[in-house]
Amino acid sequence: MGANHDHDPHTAAPAHGRALRLGIGGPVGSGKTALTAALCRTLRGELNLAVVTNDIYTTEDADFLRREAVLSDDRITAVRTGCCPHTAIRDDISANLDAVEELEARHPHLDLVIVESGGDNLTALFSQGLADRQIFVLDVAGGDDVPRKGGLGVANADLLVINKTDLAPFVGSDLDLMERDAARVRAGKPVILSSLRERPGAPEVADWVRTVLKAPALA
Amino acid sequence: MIPTALLLLADSRLPAGGHAHSGGLEPAVTSGSVHDVLSLAAFLQGRLATTGLVTAALTAAACTHAHATWTPPATSADPTPPSQASWARLDAEADARTPSPAQRAASRAQGRSLLRAARTTWPGSGSLDALAEAVATPHQAVVLGAAAAAAHATPHQAATVAAYQAVTGPASAAVRLLGLDPLAVHRLLAELAPEVDATAVRAAEAAAGGWARLPALSAPLLDLHAELHVRADLRLFES
Repeated sequence: MGANHDHDPHTAAPAHGRALRLGIGGPVGSGKTALTAALCRTLRGELNLAVVTNDIYTTEDADFLRREAVLSDDRITAVRTGCCPHTAIRDDISANLDAVEELEARHPHLDLVIVESGGDNLTALFSQGLADRQIFVLDVAGGDDVPRKGGLGVANADLLVINKTDLAPFVGSDLDLMERDAARVRAGKPVILSSLRERPGAPEVADWVRTVLKAPALA
Repeated sequence: MIPTALLLLADSRLPAGGHAHSGGLEPAVTSGSVHDVLSLAAFLQGRLATTGLVTAALTAAACTHAHATWTPPATSADPTPPSQASWARLDAEADARTPSPAQRAASRAQGRSLLRAARTTWPGSGSLDALAEAVATPHQAVVLGAAAAAAHATPHQAATVAAYQAVTGPASAAVRLLGLDPLAVHRLLAELAPEVDATAVRAAEAAAGGWARLPALSAPLLDLHAELHVRADLRLFES
């Protein structure tokens, strides 16, 4: 795992032979599952992919993905987290690792495994032992002061998605302010403004995933 | 002396998947039978006296077996040559003592996670490697015993960890599910400590008597709850 990243604290994403593990985290209701579904729909034609969901107490998210038929059933696994969604992606990742490895064993040529966290607070962060790259999802209706408040996920995720931009005028959120604040706490790491209502395929986020998969760190 | 490595193994912060299992506490809360510290105490005592003892005895047996694996054959007191077949047989003994399929699955899921954690934490343990070769997803008690041996613990100490976890896991789940006062729950755990110790002694003694004669107690209500739990629409814990 020896890529030369001067500014990237992460272990280099793996070379061919193992799927890229992409964590998607963020507060409850910010649109993690909808984004996951959108990425699956957009990328499934070009990438071999699977999803692990971390529902808090039901299999709602996994069921949503199945109902939307974004992937076949055997490519979606639900993991339960015993009241502690952040523990399952950070302190004790074993259940998620087991789920990822089972999917990889079932589908030997996966390019991408998305691990969707249960809805959590702003300090949630994926362990480097679980996710090679991570996206943190906020939504404009959660308040336009959230990027300013920062937090581990907002500040450190490889990509910050500010979701539901179509709602901004209705909830009085200032998108420019959110983008500016996010840029300040993220020290140059990318931010994408997204509206799945206006652009259902999340094309900008899908492009970011493609770029990550092609990055020299993967070679 | 208590090896520090054993403390690591007993620590609930060991990343081995335990946080997502309630040891049957969640369905007991759902059914209403556990709702406060007093009813939690009864639950923990019942669990300790049944599956707690069985798990601790299996753990002690696995620890003994792992130590035997390490001893050079010339000096070994155990005439049975350690082999993968014997690990599979001990795992089958655990299976035979776990009537509920849901509990078997939960034990194997935790065993798999613990095996990963232990092999990463104590690399080069021949016993853990042999166990992993013999059984892909062994029962948690079997892995715990082998891991305790890798941590230089005695079978009695290994049984103590197993008995301790038999009550601390559900107690922690009760704090989360019912919002019980964590200090009151810890006081309860301290009051249960002598029973935990006594269970570990009985387990270690039982484990010295051969695998076929390991304790085989069960708690039918825990078994039924486990089966109902995996079919429940709404659940926070895997088991």
